[in-house]
Amino acid sequence: MKMTMSKNMRRELEALFFVWPFVLTFTLFIVIPVIVAIYLSFTYFNTVQAPEFIGLKNYVNLLTQDNVFMMYVLPNTFKFSLIVGPGGYILSFWLAWLLAQIPKRSRSVLTLIIYSPSMTAAVAMAVVWLVVFSGDAAGYLNSFLLSLGVINEPIQWTQSPHYLMYIMIAVTLWNSMGVGFLAMLAGILNINQEQYEAGYIDGIKNRLQEVWYITIPSMKPQMLFGAVMAVVGTFQAGDIGVQLSGANPTPQYSGQVIINHIQDYGFIRYDMGYASAVSVVLLIIVYGLSKICWRLFAEKD
Amino acid sequence: MNSFHGNKINPTRIHRSQLKYYLFLIALSAFMLLPIVFMFSQALKPINELFLYPPRFFVENPTLKNFLDLFNVTSVTVIPMTRFLFNSVVVTGCVVFLSITISAMAGFALSKLQFKSKKLIFEANVIALMFVPAAIAIPRYFIVDTLGLTDNLLGHIIPILAMPVGLFLIKQFVDQIPNELIQSASIDGATNFMIFRKIIIPVIMPAMATVAILAFQMAWNNTETSEIYMNNETLRTFAFYMTTLTGNLENRVAGQGIAAAAALIMFVPNLIIFIFMQSRVIDTMAHSGLK
Repeated sequence: MKMTMSKNMRRELEALFFVWPFVLTFTLFIVIPVIVAIYLSFTYFNTVQAPEFIGLKNYVNLLTQDNVFMMYVLPNTFKFSLIVGPGGYILSFWLAWLLAQIPKRSRSVLTLIIYSPSMTAAVAMAVVWLVVFSGDAAGYLNSFLLSLGVINEPIQWTQSPHYLMYIMIAVTLWNSMGVGFLAMLAGILNINQEQYEAGYIDGIKNRLQEVWYITIPSMKPQMLFGAVMAVVGTFQAGDIGVQLSGANPTPQYSGQVIINHIQDYGFIRYDMGYASAVSVVLLIIVYGLSKICWRLFAEKD
Repeated sequence: MNSFHGNKINPTRIHRSQLKYYLFLIALSAFMLLPIVFMFSQALKPINELFLYPPRFFVENPTLKNFLDLFNVTSVTVIPMTRFLFNSVVVTGCVVFLSITISAMAGFALSKLQFKSKKLIFEANVIALMFVPAAIAIPRYFIVDTLGLTDNLLGHIIPILAMPVGLFLIKQFVDQIPNELIQSASIDGATNFMIFRKIIIPVIMPAMATVAILAFQMAWNNTETSEIYMNNETLRTFAFYMTTLTGNLENRVAGQGIAAAAALIMFVPNLIIFIFMQSRVIDTMAHSGLK
């Protein structure tokens, strides 16, 4: 009895030796911050005085008092995520599928090109976008549209409440071929050829049917991984509006999404309790949407 | 009739039937590439071309002057640009090395060792895949501050070491290694540490390369730690320095060339690393499935 105890202990300790650095950093910088955020969301905290417990007041205010949240942030987040999330995901799958149809050498080159926007830092790309969407006549887009006669006078693209959201969506879609895209490409490439042969014997008539009945069901785990990455990426990407317009809040809140709302309250107004409540709502939304993807792509045993 | 062999996935050679895919892909990639080509072009433009009206997309007389200016302009101010670059290189190097090490160690344990909290750790990590770091910037700051990591280069490194995606990818990859291989080594008297070093590490190189790329992107492109944790400007990174160059950029035409040169310095290392590691990344991603 004593022997097995110590053997078990040894086994635990040995495993601990391998996991402790990860578990420690994971706990300190992911688990505890989430717990602290949940706690702070029930308090009033201005960073000067100690947090004061106020129960559900932040959440009640968020749902009933916060006009900016209800009128701009929520609809904007909804619009942005609904286009960028599924849009970027479908685009990733489609491009990955197209890439799988060509031989390896040319595929590698084209994959590099399609993935390269995703590895570029947002700050680096701001250089390009700010110049392209520059508001005077010398801006590249303005100058191009003026010369075509599409517009008569330059448009203040990134300062305009009408266009900011569309620019944000376009820019984000452009760099949405990230880790999920690579996972789906690998997934498509790894499907057994025999499955396709069997499918055609069973009466698959065209390539669309092939994708629907063989490709997607055979790579559900990668489809799910890609979907989760798309959800997280979409809600993370909202910062782009602030970078493009150079201001938080964005002009007339036109590009204000939930991430910006958190930063606005947290780091500009120093209302940490309220910002934390919004953070918790964001985490719940992302978790809920990921779980829906899970349902969609779960392997049925 | 649609025969199977006419539509082969992952073909070995170019065939006329692939032409339509090439057409789509080349058109789309050209479109994707535009902003990046523009960045190169802009960085190489001499000042008179930056001021040109109407503006021209491609550079006519390329020059490296913007890069020289980037070094000189900032050496006039208090902190030379090379200081930020140095910080970035040190920080990124440490993050890449440490995060692949801790992910590989934990991935091995979660896949091949038996212990009590194994299931809990793995499941917590899967939930953390759905985690948006920007949502908890505030409490994270308090922890970093409590640990004394503000105004300390370690503050760029330690808070971002735990990468849920990294652990996940490596663990899935280690799962592919047959248990018999480890058992027989264990019977021959190998300790877990020897098994990890001699058997696991060589096999999971592709996964480690993939995680290295992701860690590199995360650390190299990171502005948040400089912005929130560092009051001392000499401790800030190149990515943060970039944000100061892009401020009010639309109205400073002369600054556009310098900013583009800096953007290129941000971008090119990412590109080079991915070129070398691409096939390993695709190998790793084959096992990335979530179930």
